[in-house]
Amino acid sequence: MPVDIESVPVAYSAILPMLLVLGAAAVGVLVEAFVPAARRRVAQVVVALAGLVGGLVAVVALAGEPDRLVVGDAIAIDGPTLFLQGTLCLLGIGAVLLLSESSLDSSGGDIVSSAAALPGTREDLRLAESQGVQTEVYPLAMFALGGMLLFPASNNLILMFIALEVLSLPLYLMAGLARRRRLLSQEAAVKYFLLGAFSSAFFLYGVALLYGYAGTVDLGGVREATLLAQDDDLLLYLGLAMLAVGLLFKVGAVPFQAWTPDVYQGSPTAVTALMASATKVAGFGALLRVLYVGVAEVRWDWRPALWAVAILTMVAGALLAVTQTDVKRMLAYSSVAHTGFLLVGVVTLDTDGLAGTLFYLLTYGFTTIAAFAVVTMVRDSAGEATHLSSWAGLGRRSPLLAGTFALLLFALAGIPLTSGFTAKFAVFQPALDDALPLVVVGVVASAVTAFFYARVVVLMFFTDPAPDGPSVAVPSGFTTAAIALGAAVTVVAGVVPQPLLDLAQSAALFTR
Amino acid sequence: MTPIALEGIEPFAPVAADGVLATPWLLLLLPAAGALLLLLTGRRSDGWGPYLATGLCGGAFVWALVLFAALRGEADRSVDVALWSWVPVGGFQVDLGLLLDPLSMVFVLLITGVGTLIHVYSLGYMAHDPRKRQFFAYLNLFVAAMLLLVLGDSYLALYVGWEGVGLASYLLISFYYDRHSAATAAKKAFIANRVGDVGLSLAIMVMFATLGATTFTEVFGAAEEGGLSTGAATAIGLLLLLGACGKSGQFPLHTWLPDAMEGPTPVSALIHAATMVTAGVYLIARSTPLYELAETAALVVSIIGVITLVIGCVIGCAYDDIKKVLAYSTVSQIGYMFLAVGIPGAAAVAILHLVTHGFFKACMFLSAGSVMHGMDDQVDMRRFGALRKEMPVTFACMTAGYLAIVGFPFLSGFYSKDLIIEVAFDQRGARGWIMGTTALVAAGVTAFYMTRLMLMTFFGRRRWTAGVHPHESPASMTGPMVLLAVGAVAGGFLLTRGDAFLEWLTPVLGTEGEVDHLIEPVVVSLLTVVMLVLGAGTAYLLYGRRAVPMSPPVAVSPFTTAARNNLYLDALNEAVLMRPGQYLTRALVFFDRRGIDGAVSGLAAGVGGGSSRLRRVQTGFVRSYALSVFGGATLVLAALVVARAGV
Repeated sequence: MPVDIESVPVAYSAILPMLLVLGAAAVGVLVEAFVPAARRRVAQVVVALAGLVGGLVAVVALAGEPDRLVVGDAIAIDGPTLFLQGTLCLLGIGAVLLLSESSLDSSGGDIVSSAAALPGTREDLRLAESQGVQTEVYPLAMFALGGMLLFPASNNLILMFIALEVLSLPLYLMAGLARRRRLLSQEAAVKYFLLGAFSSAFFLYGVALLYGYAGTVDLGGVREATLLAQDDDLLLYLGLAMLAVGLLFKVGAVPFQAWTPDVYQGSPTAVTALMASATKVAGFGALLRVLYVGVAEVRWDWRPALWAVAILTMVAGALLAVTQTDVKRMLAYSSVAHTGFLLVGVVTLDTDGLAGTLFYLLTYGFTTIAAFAVVTMVRDSAGEATHLSSWAGLGRRSPLLAGTFALLLFALAGIPLTSGFTAKFAVFQPALDDALPLVVVGVVASAVTAFFYARVVVLMFFTDPAPDGPSVAVPSGFTTAAIALGAAVTVVAGVVPQPLLDLAQSAALFTR
Repeated sequence: MTPIALEGIEPFAPVAADGVLATPWLLLLLPAAGALLLLLTGRRSDGWGPYLATGLCGGAFVWALVLFAALRGEADRSVDVALWSWVPVGGFQVDLGLLLDPLSMVFVLLITGVGTLIHVYSLGYMAHDPRKRQFFAYLNLFVAAMLLLVLGDSYLALYVGWEGVGLASYLLISFYYDRHSAATAAKKAFIANRVGDVGLSLAIMVMFATLGATTFTEVFGAAEEGGLSTGAATAIGLLLLLGACGKSGQFPLHTWLPDAMEGPTPVSALIHAATMVTAGVYLIARSTPLYELAETAALVVSIIGVITLVIGCVIGCAYDDIKKVLAYSTVSQIGYMFLAVGIPGAAAVAILHLVTHGFFKACMFLSAGSVMHGMDDQVDMRRFGALRKEMPVTFACMTAGYLAIVGFPFLSGFYSKDLIIEVAFDQRGARGWIMGTTALVAAGVTAFYMTRLMLMTFFGRRRWTAGVHPHESPASMTGPMVLLAVGAVAGGFLLTRGDAFLEWLTPVLGTEGEVDHLIEPVVVSLLTVVMLVLGAGTAYLLYGRRAVPMSPPVAVSPFTTAARNNLYLDALNEAVLMRPGQYLTRALVFFDRRGIDGAVSGLAAGVGGGSSRLRRVQTGFVRSYALSVFGGATLVLAALVVARAGV
């Protein structure tokens, strides 16, 4: 019997941001193939930045239009989608700037020139001297960013899974591209890939079960199914739990966080910055959409479990960060703790909580990018000096850099007049009414996090520098621009947050 | 007792500013930018920095004149400029705005005007100081903070400015920090101010607790509409008074002010005579709507003023250090202002005296600085004498200031001080007699010690230390002195023509309206002139006719000894504030070590231990990570299923 497959009308203008970014990624592949090696890097940077700026412009242009579902209801173009896509484009620009830095490392960048060499072999040893760079990292980053733009916009679980894979697969590769400490980097890539595949399986199984429950993979359809009281809703909860596992893994919630410190540490720092900021934004966007659109009607059944995850995440993230001695690992655990704080905003499940979460994602993303950018600048002969002991006395040697890092750490700790304070306030305040214990745990965990942030500040400013300590490399304009962007957002969103809060508030409505 | 109804006062309702009037932030910006620039550029601005600082302060003065002209042309002479709104979420809100009204305008003109003159003077006075640039940076910082203090439209903004001027004052008192006495004096000033600041901050907290607001509009609105109980108003009034006492050098916190003379003389003139120390008077005058509700608190303000004015002029008689005499005279004159500002309806009179005092006291301090400049930085008046021929301009300026402060007819002090004595008498009953008489007699004592200062410095025979060659100061110093002297001579006359000054302030501060005087104003004027003649005559008999000994006499009355020892008030403060403070500190340190530190260290150890134990889970093996993901997934599944089963 012949099957009629209706072709779905595609509203190209509505998905223009994604088309531009993914298009830039495709162009990047062509650049790899046809542009001479000497000029490839410049071309890649131009293409990537053009794609992201174009995406940003398209997002701004879409902002005035009414909310709607496009491409056969599979993609939702609404406030949260556009807010997060705009954020992702900006964070992507920051990450591409960091990837493009070439004057920090004597050999021309943090990205290895050939990732396929086996560690320890003669070829691998030769790589350390090589001046080349694996410029495929740009199309990879752009594919990942394209997936991230699609992830929070997906109103259809199958599409969401595809977005998840599109954003994850390039990241697995990019994790293994560090020029220095190759073995650590490749280990990170393998770990991230194995665990990512594992969690994707959970996600996909969850989709299947939800399909079994609702008979559709549209989030709107799932919602309608939950509205009809059914006896056989075991499938719903099993499916939701598995779906949640996949998403919580991506955002690094406890107990699915185990990969974060190893992967954050092993990856090239620019890639870490991308993962810590943009992946978190995209993952939370998808999580918010599933919870707000798909299963909001049965919130009383799943909220306790999410409460528990939030509490575990805040406590474990804060506690584990205390004893870290590597600045990248410390930032990794701090990002776990921040996932917990964000989950407080997520479980609130009202407009204020959603607006707070959106605001938090944006400000946290910028602070994180700038913080990792600072990490790339503190170097010794073996590359980045990430051990905390070598950061001692940095404030005397390089007061501007240390001052900037201190500002970013204060923002992460949530000190007033930085964006971190406003963001925490914005997620905790709406939760006060019906999630008081979460807020209490959140504030206590914040206090614990403040301890290890302040410890780094003390180390930088009030400790004598080590005699053979690292030097602060002079960056090119790329890294400087990324740090300036991050620090500026951190200060502005702390001092005059109102316009941004208003924007988040006006964006805080999902379309169904 | 029925609450006092002030006449002429208008409800506190500033309107939003537009046009030129929306730009008072420029006043803050100019000196603030100067301070920042001079501090950040370091030695590079050693050459041009001081001139820039002076120019910026002058620019602020010019802009203040422009604003003054604009404000005069406005029907609503009270405008508010919202600058900045820091609103995290919902109900919690911190706004910063500026308020330009007749009262703050007076202060802005005084601060920028006298400030500019003193900047110019400092160009000459500090010419040879290697840290000149820093000095000017701090002066600009002071001007910016002081302007914020008087322009802020909430108690919180005022508090920021309040602490800012405290910081500038601290930095400038200890400008010669290698001198032990300067460092100690700065510390003393800082701590005495801290005691006062506790009062101010508590007052702000009480406002926030009872009214949920700290802006003038909301606080005064609540006060005018009966939203504030008399008890709360009294509490706020007394706490504000404590803050004012600390900043303005009033009893019992006045002891820091004479010590603060360790700073360079221009600082003494600007900060510790003309402007900063009058911030307390501003605070209380600004809070007039609160003190209307709290008559007791207002009375306490007057009583503190009377006590201080007596203490100031008594101790002023005993010192031989020219700057200390002037400092105690400042304490005493601010006492007059407190006396008036506490009397309902007389706040405008206090402000009038504040302005004239700003002129004549700054003039006297600068003249004293000029004397010191010519006398190798000596301050002992027993080493001066016969300087009028060596320093004619300085002598003329000092004389103008002298005649103004003692209330010589038709000079500025005559108008303002007379009015204060008048309103003191106008209070009914015993209060009027006691306060009026005290103020009157103190005017005589003022004439005595000021005449003594003049005679010992400029008349008599030369008692100079060998090797000192007195000379007149350069024009950059005498110029500002002459201008201030003109102000001291003519200021009172000009300001009181047709009651222009008092009427300018009436919408903010009110008047007591028509009263039948206890003693006719003419009689009061005559009496003050009599007191002046008596005081000055006594001084002439003691110091003009007889030769002044080179060293202070030893065999003196117990009264003089007491005065030389600051009436033992330093000892009192030490016994009442410092010792208990030290005991409290020790007790707290003990408690902190044993109790809090124990708990904190225990907690920290607990957190650290927990962290180390948790860390062991992070084995680095991907299989155990996968296991934890699997375990977590199982738990989430179980939780959801159990939750469903439970429903």
